[in-house]
Amino acid sequence: MSNGARYVIGVDVGGTFTDVFFLDEANGQCDVAKVPSTRHDQAQGFIDGLSRRMADFAEISTVVHGTTVGTNALLERNGARTGIITTKGFRDVLEMRRRDRPRTWGLWGRFEPVVPRNLRLEVTERTLADGTVHTPVVLAEVETAARRLLEAGAQAVCIVFINAHANDENELAALEAVRAVWPNGYVDASARILPEIREFERTSTTTLNAYLQPVVGSYLNKLETALEAKDFGGQILIVQSNGGVMTVETAQALPVRTALSGPAAGVIASAYIAGAAGFANVITCDMGGTSFDVSLVAGGRSALAAQTSIDFGMVVRTPMIEMTTIGAGGGSIAWVDRGGLLRIGPESAGSDPGPVCYGLGNDRPTVTDANVVLGRINAARPIGGNLDALDVEAARAAIAAKVGEPLGIGVMEAGEAIIRVANSRMAGAIRLVSVERGHDPGKFAAMPFGGGGALHAGSLIKDVGLMSALVPRFPGINSALGCTIADMRHDFVRTVNGILDSLDLEQLDRSMSRLAQDGLDLLGRAGIEFADTHCLFELDMSYQGQTHTIDVPLEVTLKDKRTGITARAIQAAFEARYRQVYGRPLDGIAIRVLNLRVSAVGTRAKFDLALLAPGPECTMETARCGTRKVWVDGGWHEAAIFERLALPVGAMVPGPAVLEQPDATIFIEPDLAGEVDRFGNLILTRKNGG
Amino acid sequence: MIDPVTLAVLKGRLEQIADEMDATLFRSAFNPIIAEAHDASHGLYHAQSGATLVQGKSGLPIFVGAMSFAVKAVIEKAARDGDLADGDVYLFNDPYDGGTHLSDFKLVRPFYRGGAVFCYLASVGHWHDVGGNVPGNYNPVATESFQEGMLIPPVKLYVKGELRQDIIDILQANSRQPRSLYGDLNGQINALDLGARRLGALLDEYGDGIVDDALGELQARAARLMAANIADLPDGTYSCDDWLDNDGIADEPLKIALDLTVRGDRMTLDFSRSADACAGPVNIARSTAVASCYVVIKHIFTDVPANAGVLEPIEIILPEGSLLSATAPKPVGGYTETILRIIDVVFGAVAQIAPERTNGCAYGTINALSLAGHRADGSRWVMFSFFGGGHGGHPEGDGLNHANAPISTATIPPVEILEAAYPVMFTRWALRPDSGGPGRHRGGLGACYEIELLEQKADVFLFGERGKFAPPGVLGGRPGALNIFTYDQDDGEHTPPLKSKMVGMKIRRGQRLHLNSPGGGGYGRPFARSPDAVARDVALGYVTAEAAARDYGVVLNGDGSVDAKATGALRKDAGQ
Repeated sequence: MSNGARYVIGVDVGGTFTDVFFLDEANGQCDVAKVPSTRHDQAQGFIDGLSRRMADFAEISTVVHGTTVGTNALLERNGARTGIITTKGFRDVLEMRRRDRPRTWGLWGRFEPVVPRNLRLEVTERTLADGTVHTPVVLAEVETAARRLLEAGAQAVCIVFINAHANDENELAALEAVRAVWPNGYVDASARILPEIREFERTSTTTLNAYLQPVVGSYLNKLETALEAKDFGGQILIVQSNGGVMTVETAQALPVRTALSGPAAGVIASAYIAGAAGFANVITCDMGGTSFDVSLVAGGRSALAAQTSIDFGMVVRTPMIEMTTIGAGGGSIAWVDRGGLLRIGPESAGSDPGPVCYGLGNDRPTVTDANVVLGRINAARPIGGNLDALDVEAARAAIAAKVGEPLGIGVMEAGEAIIRVANSRMAGAIRLVSVERGHDPGKFAAMPFGGGGALHAGSLIKDVGLMSALVPRFPGINSALGCTIADMRHDFVRTVNGILDSLDLEQLDRSMSRLAQDGLDLLGRAGIEFADTHCLFELDMSYQGQTHTIDVPLEVTLKDKRTGITARAIQAAFEARYRQVYGRPLDGIAIRVLNLRVSAVGTRAKFDLALLAPGPECTMETARCGTRKVWVDGGWHEAAIFERLALPVGAMVPGPAVLEQPDATIFIEPDLAGEVDRFGNLILTRKNGG
Repeated sequence: MIDPVTLAVLKGRLEQIADEMDATLFRSAFNPIIAEAHDASHGLYHAQSGATLVQGKSGLPIFVGAMSFAVKAVIEKAARDGDLADGDVYLFNDPYDGGTHLSDFKLVRPFYRGGAVFCYLASVGHWHDVGGNVPGNYNPVATESFQEGMLIPPVKLYVKGELRQDIIDILQANSRQPRSLYGDLNGQINALDLGARRLGALLDEYGDGIVDDALGELQARAARLMAANIADLPDGTYSCDDWLDNDGIADEPLKIALDLTVRGDRMTLDFSRSADACAGPVNIARSTAVASCYVVIKHIFTDVPANAGVLEPIEIILPEGSLLSATAPKPVGGYTETILRIIDVVFGAVAQIAPERTNGCAYGTINALSLAGHRADGSRWVMFSFFGGGHGGHPEGDGLNHANAPISTATIPPVEILEAAYPVMFTRWALRPDSGGPGRHRGGLGACYEIELLEQKADVFLFGERGKFAPPGVLGGRPGALNIFTYDQDDGEHTPPLKSKMVGMKIRRGQRLHLNSPGGGGYGRPFARSPDAVARDVALGYVTAEAAARDYGVVLNGDGSVDAKATGALRKDAGQ
């Protein structure tokens, strides 16, 4: 790395825009850029975005990337042609799922597995639940299967044997046999991807990983080549779904871990910005065109989920930032059902044709249309910059016809009704991640990002009873900013499946220590100078007889290649966690340990957020842009309009007011007030401190 | 009247309360039938009528209709005794009053505001074992409910907030799984506590009057929506008959017959031509029958909300003495099979008037299979699970392969979890070729499950159906494959005499059970299916080449492509 390499750059490639955040580590200067995404070849938009501010790519030390290449490949089903080699009798595990259906009501489900049945081949082999090899794998059959898959045009292959989590001997032998005949590196085994009990979840995760390998792999290769062609000599890091980053090498081996890469980076940024601003507890709210994603950060830490479904039956089981998504975005369509009830979504106008006010052919009103009609969005200044102006009259007509008339109310009342019902759905999502998980919403702030979230944040404070809302200085590039501060993180899992009283603790300690050391070694090989490295240990536990487990963090550290874990410490940790999750622990029932989870974290140096703060040239006067009529609480109000980025530190803005900036609009309701903190964030609270 | 916007907001808030009660029990339950199979439900019920006001979205669909009967039973009991008080919680499992079967324990709690009952909160969950002759309570040869388990009438588990430990002691003494029972009961109590807290907070925020108005209005709107849906259907009477294999005692088929009449915006579901009550456990109580009508109506008219208003424009006729209106002590343990048949005949009747709303029948049996024995160390083990099958073809495409029963949202436990817990080895867990009913849109495939015993010996129990009468298709679609169960003995493979039901059959180490579950019925005529789709089915092994020719009139070349000429000739010969 040359001495001139001083830029750390975060790049978030989304569906519509590629956002770039530039940090000059030498002088602490920050800059941002937003360019259209290039869907057919994301690398192009990526390079365009960087070129906006960087003449010489040799000056870049690190590029951290949140990518949707993997997510899109899964949603659009355009991953590689993939084969599966599995235990005799089990070729259909992927297709049989866990015997579910997409919706409770209605029996019209459909499911197409990513690997068709004729590319799922069986071989003679069997391991029992306790790890005993019942039938050794017949390698000649494995080799034949691999050749058949190649002939059928498979580009990637994975091996998934029943009970491989208990003993990977047969799988690894088969892996070697396949590698001997397979022409590329896209070969892997389930015990190496997810050595965890539950065959469907392991099969699905392993298969989707194989399915993504060639796609994500070739994208990253292309990106590296394109960067190198411009004399880039630094390092590329990829954001994982768990909010940590990994090297390109790891991403190519485990692309399934990028499934929620982009959104995860946004949450990481939120947690960091909120922490710096003095908010340890926030609920992030990312409002896009079709959805509203919320995620909880408590005590500065993001909640992680063990798995998610990308689509019906498409299960990815790897730790990821827990995100609750509802279909209530700016493009969500408002309609009145036959029972006379106002509904929002799940249908969405998306970005094309988009809301009625875009004038691109949609005539059904959306949440954005309501915001335009109510005067909260400035029709003369559309976000993103693809349109010159928004068609307010068309939006009014659509709301009047599709909502006002059926409900027997005026157009303004109808517009406000759309917002109220949309807000109540968003509030429901926030309650789901907070109240329903035992958190007191009064201790949390809403943290909106994305273009539209800040229009609704004020209402959410009141609907859910949140303490306040914190609008970051650049809501539209939050994920790109998050890329630059994400830590490196590697997760491991092993199934233990034993009763605590009879557990071989010596062996558990060895497993914990070995996985931790593997993780630390991986961090060491990344070639990054970390501020700190540490390991996190967790057990999935339950009372014997329960089928759902709870995650139990263990307060131990790795010392002299041992953690020194004891049964008593495990039991105490379990009971404490059980009390927290369900209430009263149960006496006299044996405790089961299902899985061991270990994470190795390398903390990357963070930049000072004060760099983002408004400069001394900012004053209330330069920020003020007059007033506009805004409809709220059943009547018109004269709202002050401000250029958000021009507001000085300490500025107090009482509602009603609208704050505009290139990538977002903020609405401050009449009974709320905003204050700009020392980082340039806007804090919304009730007037009179109420 | 309540304004439409507040109404929409309150609808979401109220549903969230019920959903959260569901989630609380699912997560903390001890037995997999609740935790994994979601065989439980929660809701809010009317203070006077017991009618369903709000129901959780993730609970077992069949309970949505049944619970109002359970709450009604408690309301009547409390009126007789005249001692209802704040802090009381009733517990019972009487299926004749509260619907379904003895395994389902209902907890009903009056919710007081200002000294009067505002509404009831209720929780129901399927407990692992409630006594009776068969572990897990699916006793296919029961002739009285006493052989199926303990029967508890509505009794107070809590009196003014005081827990009566005596009741818990009685329950635990009557179960083979007392620990699991205790854990599930605790989960249900927690769910009710949580519901009461959330509802109290909501009432404080909006005021009792507004919420009460909203509940009334939501019901009225559901009724209006349902009536509007019915009004779209042509007037007339449409009939559909189907059969149960037998009652587990006598090998006689039992008819489930429906005459569905549409008159303007009213509908009548008349089951008068159905079989009389039988000796074995496929009887169902009147409340269960009504609840199953609700389930199928919701499957067909997915836009109507989940409250009692849905059934307002619908009259359900169930004569006395019918299989569908059983009274004590007729055995009702196998209620799942009978209600699946009710669902099938409603789909069949609606297919005649609204083909765009219907689908081929799903696999139609719960296949409750249990293996029980003792390990070398003397400890007892019972593996009990329900198995899956195919869904019917539908207007949008082929039926879903290996799905859950229409009355539930259950998932199946993983093979690896079952093998880790019980001394068995699955030797097959696969889709079953040719099991999907042929049709323009093919029925989804059933499954082949093969289980080998690893311990010395075990007893096998099966409670299934569709062993003799396959799941029908609609609009010319053909039926799915029959349910076929066989088991190994020293002299070879055997079939149970009653096909789908069997008690206490013994197998030894190394012997296997073979369960081949039905696929779904087809949608539309199979000869109308595109030959390319049939060729793809054959290439993927969903359909065999023989069946392609026989059922679809499609002839394939050696390379798997369609022989257009031969196909045309074959389809022409068949007069299609």
